[in-house]
Amino acid sequence: MTETVTYELMVNGERRVVEGSWLGESLLFALRERLGLPGSKNACEQGECGSCSVRLDDRLVCACLVLAADAQGRSVTTVEGLTGADGDALTDVQRAFLDEGGVQCGFCTPGLVMSVHDLLDRNPTPDDLELREAISGNLCRCTGYGRILAAARTVVARRGEASLHESEGPA
Amino acid sequence: MTVTGERTATAGRLGHSAARPDGVPKVSGQFAFSSDLSADGMVWGHVLRSPHPHARIRSIDIGPALAIPGVHTVLTADDVLGDNSFGLEHADQPVLAHDVVRFTGEAVAALAADHPDTARRAAQAIVVDYEPLEPLIDAEEAITAPPIHPAGNIFRQLVIRQGDTSAEGEVVVEATYEVGMQDQAFMGPESGLAIPDDDGGVDLHMSTQWLHVDRDQVAACLGLPTEKVRLTLAGVGGAFGAREDVSMQVHICLLALHTRRPVKMVFTREESFLGHVHRHPARMHYRHHATRDGRLVKVEARIVLDGGAYASTSGPVLVNACCFAAGPYVVPNALIEGWAVRTNNPPCGAMRGFGAVQACFAHESQMDLLAAELGMDPVELRLRNVMKSGDRIPTGQVVSGAAPVEELIRTCAAVPLPPLDPSPAVMSMPGGSGRTADPARVRRGVGFAVGFKNLMYSAGFDDYSTARVRLEDGVATVTCAAAEVGQGFVTLAQQIVREVLAVDEVVVAPAETVTIGSAGSTSASRQTWMSGGAVERAALAVRARVDAGEAGPIEETYEHHHPPTFPLDENGQGVAHVSYVFAAHRAVVDVDLDLGLVRVVEIATSQDVGRVLNPLQVTGQIEGGIAQGVGLAVMEEIVLDRGLVRNASFTDYLIPTALDMPDVTIAALVEEPEPGAPFGAKGVGEPPTISSSAAVAAAVRDATGLALPRIPIRPQDIALA
Ligand code: FES
Ligand code: FES
Repeated sequence: MTETVTYELMVNGERRVVEGSWLGESLLFALRERLGLPGSKNACEQGECGSCSVRLDDRLVCACLVLAADAQGRSVTTVEGLTGADGDALTDVQRAFLDEGGVQCGFCTPGLVMSVHDLLDRNPTPDDLELREAISGNLCRCTGYGRILAAARTVVARRGEASLHESEGPA
Repeated sequence: MTVTGERTATAGRLGHSAARPDGVPKVSGQFAFSSDLSADGMVWGHVLRSPHPHARIRSIDIGPALAIPGVHTVLTADDVLGDNSFGLEHADQPVLAHDVVRFTGEAVAALAADHPDTARRAAQAIVVDYEPLEPLIDAEEAITAPPIHPAGNIFRQLVIRQGDTSAEGEVVVEATYEVGMQDQAFMGPESGLAIPDDDGGVDLHMSTQWLHVDRDQVAACLGLPTEKVRLTLAGVGGAFGAREDVSMQVHICLLALHTRRPVKMVFTREESFLGHVHRHPARMHYRHHATRDGRLVKVEARIVLDGGAYASTSGPVLVNACCFAAGPYVVPNALIEGWAVRTNNPPCGAMRGFGAVQACFAHESQMDLLAAELGMDPVELRLRNVMKSGDRIPTGQVVSGAAPVEELIRTCAAVPLPPLDPSPAVMSMPGGSGRTADPARVRRGVGFAVGFKNLMYSAGFDDYSTARVRLEDGVATVTCAAAEVGQGFVTLAQQIVREVLAVDEVVVAPAETVTIGSAGSTSASRQTWMSGGAVERAALAVRARVDAGEAGPIEETYEHHHPPTFPLDENGQGVAHVSYVFAAHRAVVDVDLDLGLVRVVEIATSQDVGRVLNPLQVTGQIEGGIAQGVGLAVMEEIVLDRGLVRNASFTDYLIPTALDMPDVTIAALVEEPEPGAPFGAKGVGEPPTISSSAAVAAAVRDATGLALPRIPIRPQDIALA
């Protein structure tokens, strides 16, 4: 290959060194093949499927469209970096995907989990069209989206209940 | 009995929405798909593909590729260690083309390099001198054209003659229908890892639908005994038929044996479109004869399927298209002729619905045409002719199992229509965010369709599955080579064993070819019946020994065959199928008459399921299958231009997104237990795809008044009509 470079990335809160990388490598390639984080998937490498969705600082991006070297000095969060509240290994979105049957083959799942988190961070109570639009950049070929939409609605409902209880205070 | 929700069932057992054992790894990114694998010293494989649909290869110069630093090896046809041909039914496709290429995307050379980009650049450096030949692109012409392959152009020809083929009806309707080439478009691209072993064999980790048949084909092409090829299922990112044929399996094993290194290959999306079989494009001419009061007298059909360059499963797809050509109706007389032919188009094979999808679009379009001719309600016409248990299909075979078609039609048709929104949001109109629709020019339409197909393999194929159950210290382990492709067999296997052995902890061992026999293919809606049955019987044998007081580890293996079937005779008659499954769909659409854009508003459905074993998984199969049916109706087609694929990407080949997908209303899951089926359950994966396309097309016709004899329906078919 041509000239190689070494650089540092901040991934899931950790400093990671990418060594011997070709400058043209995407963030997706660096995550998957150089840093041992294959949770972000590659289904098109063209920004069309959302399987590679990761958070770059506080924006959701297609990791296949970002040059890895360009992500220096920014914070990358992948599905491997998600953790739930109260010591739960899974987030409420991940739990809801399981409870509602949003997972079949699972190839789209990490990207959709990132996408639903991103939406609900920005808009905690999306209506049906907002929800559909927010995940319309994530292709799923197995589920027809029905159970995925159900999972997102479940998260909204559960978060709503939880904050209601909080505001009511201890009984 | 009709159910629409969860019944009381013990958690984790049959009838309950048991959790997937692979669920937590899948939501947390820890599940290893085939594209996630790696090994020490691994190199990357890549395949050079033909840019021509038909050409003679004059010479291949691999020198420039070998000269690139980082390239380990470049292989051509001469380097294939065993047979240079493979195929599911007929080994008619070269592993690497040697004299002629017959489709755009045919493999010409395989190479391995230290980086995937090096491998891609090296492939571009190979110099192939092609002499382009005239491509044969028309399926009709292929029947009589000079052969483009030593095995000829006709994969299969079939005639079904039932009753009096000269019978005439008082009313006759006739039309020609077409279905375009659909792609399975699973999300996880083809990928695998081959690791050479010291014994001269190879360990292949692959995402596939049928491990043992892959193994057998790979071994023949490597010139190895089958036991030297050991296949383990790697995580599968969807399948839908496209992984039933060998894609890269032989190539990466050859590269591994030549380089003595682990070789990984991952297709790009473009390679995936070029490198697997598709749904057969079909041209179907139909003539329906009926009495004035709407009883079918005779169905005549002439079905031509374009099988593309190599055989794959074209023969069985044609058998299905012809057997189910008349639909789930009582048809006393029939004359059905079919051809599946070879062309220089991309090869076609299995896709969800397997021949029944194409036929359903035609027979349901004909039913609507007949209803219009008779001035009858389309649903009423279907009810008047509906098939029941004990009726025959045109092959003369009696449908002896459950056939609750009337209940499916009635329950589906009874779903209240979704209300018309007087001031619809822009995003919910055809064209959505494009803000193109003029509400005054949007029309609503409603369409109905019913379809059916066979469960399991047919026409004499000895279809079986093998499973082992071991009980030790209160933990049961299931070993079965059934490919989990996302459908949830691993969940079902656990549910069955929990039910039979009354244990809580059930481990599903990895699917592989070394310690267990074949489970057959994850296709034809067959794994619930075949592998589910094998698991059940192995577990029952274990339980019998437990009940007899035996202690210590108990292990039982069972090979489950379904009742024998037989090839059709020269009149297309015979007992070719084991069982059938039915579904009905009603589609509601909004159509922008000016721009030809369609928004599918709702799909209502009823499905014949035998028994619901896992409600959530059944729902998932129904919604997912409908998405693929909607896609075929209004979005999805591989566009060919003289044999060249014009849209091999997700930019140009569009599949439904969350915005395209309508709400799905499941009106009824009809539970009439199927005799002979384990737990009475029928496979549920294919029916949602069969009649949903036809229902959407009917709804668009209803909205526009156009004939629309072809799917997918494109905007120009409406706007420029
Ligand atoms: S892989 Fe990045 S969008 Fe598809
Ligand atoms: S679950 Fe398979 S692609 Fe979404």
